[in-house]
Amino acid sequence: MKLRRDSESPGDSKIRPDSAFLADLKVRSDFPLLVNNPGLHYLDSAATSQKPRVVLDALRDFYETANANPHRGAYALSVRATECYHQSRVRVAQFLGVRDSDCLIFTRGTTEGLNLVAGAWGMANVSSDDEIVVTAMDHHANFVPWQVLAMRRGAKFRVCELTPDGKIDLDFLSGLLNKRTKIVAVSHVSNALGTINPIAEVARLVREKTDAILVCDGAQSAPHFPVSFDSLGVDFYAFSGHKMLGPMGIGGLIGKREMLEEMPPYQTGGDMIEFVHDDRTTWNVLPYKFEAGTPNAANAIGLAAAVEYLDKIGMDRVRSHERALMSAAQERLAAIEGLHVYGPPASERSGVLSFTLGDVHPHDLATILDGEGVCIRAGHHCAQPLMDRFDLDGTTRVSMAPYNDNTDIDALLTGVAHAAKTLR
Amino acid sequence: MSDQLYQERIVALAKAKNGAGKLASPTRSARRDNPLCGDRVTIDVRLDDKGHIAEIAHQVRGCLLCQASASALSSIAVGRDKAGIAAIRHDAEKAIGREDGEAAEPFAAFAPVKSHKSRQECVLLPFEALAEALS
Repeated sequence: MKLRRDSESPGDSKIRPDSAFLADLKVRSDFPLLVNNPGLHYLDSAATSQKPRVVLDALRDFYETANANPHRGAYALSVRATECYHQSRVRVAQFLGVRDSDCLIFTRGTTEGLNLVAGAWGMANVSSDDEIVVTAMDHHANFVPWQVLAMRRGAKFRVCELTPDGKIDLDFLSGLLNKRTKIVAVSHVSNALGTINPIAEVARLVREKTDAILVCDGAQSAPHFPVSFDSLGVDFYAFSGHKMLGPMGIGGLIGKREMLEEMPPYQTGGDMIEFVHDDRTTWNVLPYKFEAGTPNAANAIGLAAAVEYLDKIGMDRVRSHERALMSAAQERLAAIEGLHVYGPPASERSGVLSFTLGDVHPHDLATILDGEGVCIRAGHHCAQPLMDRFDLDGTTRVSMAPYNDNTDIDALLTGVAHAAKTLR
Repeated sequence: MSDQLYQERIVALAKAKNGAGKLASPTRSARRDNPLCGDRVTIDVRLDDKGHIAEIAHQVRGCLLCQASASALSSIAVGRDKAGIAAIRHDAEKAIGREDGEAAEPFAAFAPVKSHKSRQECVLLPFEALAEALS
């Protein structure tokens, strides 16, 4: 199958909101939890997505027909488990535009993927003369591991500031970068604001001014628009399965082969070794070198089913659908007095809408919305440095997925209007 | 229904803002945070020579429930010592269903929080801050 290329920015104006997609993407009936709860309006997919029936079926099918420990047995059942696990890696790699599927390491999710790079590459390569750069919009998972690494190695930890509308300040970033910069870590998409960052431009600056590695947090991009690692221009890309319709506890880290081969292991134990002697151990080849212990084969298979499902919809259609819904929601919310939406214009955001309603606390608003069957996220969204920049305790965040439709937006609007009346 | 949580009495307590602000010369101050939701309460007290609260003020950076609780607490804290505040806390715990018995006013107003476990800490945070100030 042909690999995708993301030569066009997902924020590109060529992708327009198209109401036809709204009518087209009627997939709510594919999601058992939503079918079983017809009054539920799930708008918290940036935290975790709901799971389509095909994913649940894939998990059950593995346990009922192929369950054995991969790579361990000579018997046919283990061989089948190994083959299923291998095929899931190939399928997920294909979805994310990775030609060399051995460069996709299965992890528990984005957090583990980023910690893997910080712990393995970072501890081996960063010293006290070096600098590590992150941005003020990063999720704690792409902020704290680098901060801790810098503290452990005595390196300088530097934070790139943002523009007033919540984008990376590229001039500021350019000023931070120098030959001492060893690692630059950025989010592809802000989980709190939905800002789609110009990774190609960031990569150009990093290559031009530094010899650093560029690490990308893809937790909020992989579920929402086409991503091709091979043409993204980054060295590492981490993602989470549970945010892209897959099971919890599975995700991945994609890296360039030469870097993965040079890196020491992250964890040690079974499966990741070549030979173990009394006085030394040698490491297995990629990807097993970074997958110590029994792999989460069932959930990897579930994730492969999720990407198969997303591919059947088409990621361009997913993007258009979510963008159209988000734009419609923003237009209607903006009419409510005292409501303020944070972040760049809708065309430069993914399907995330972060807002405050006057001095109404986000948790109070979330509780009122819960009473209307509307699930949203309230708080700092694991992005406290970002909240500090906006002088906020938190926001109310609405986030879209393929299963959302206009009825969810209607319920949201009803709930917010109700909250405004009750709490102000 | 969750909106029943925000009954008139709770909203009125929050809006009353009893004791909101700072004391010019507090005997003691304490700040407590709830890292789960980000609520923060700072309490100032001026104590008399017997250790009773002569004056109290609070600053709340948090939700309406936390504001209402701090307001309710401030409205009846003056004249009480550490044991007296602990007794009021029992009323709050009763109101939200963590202890058996009937809660006295003003904390009886918090009865709707009983069915919202995730919000109960919001009611108790001002007590945590005040207990620390008095410790």
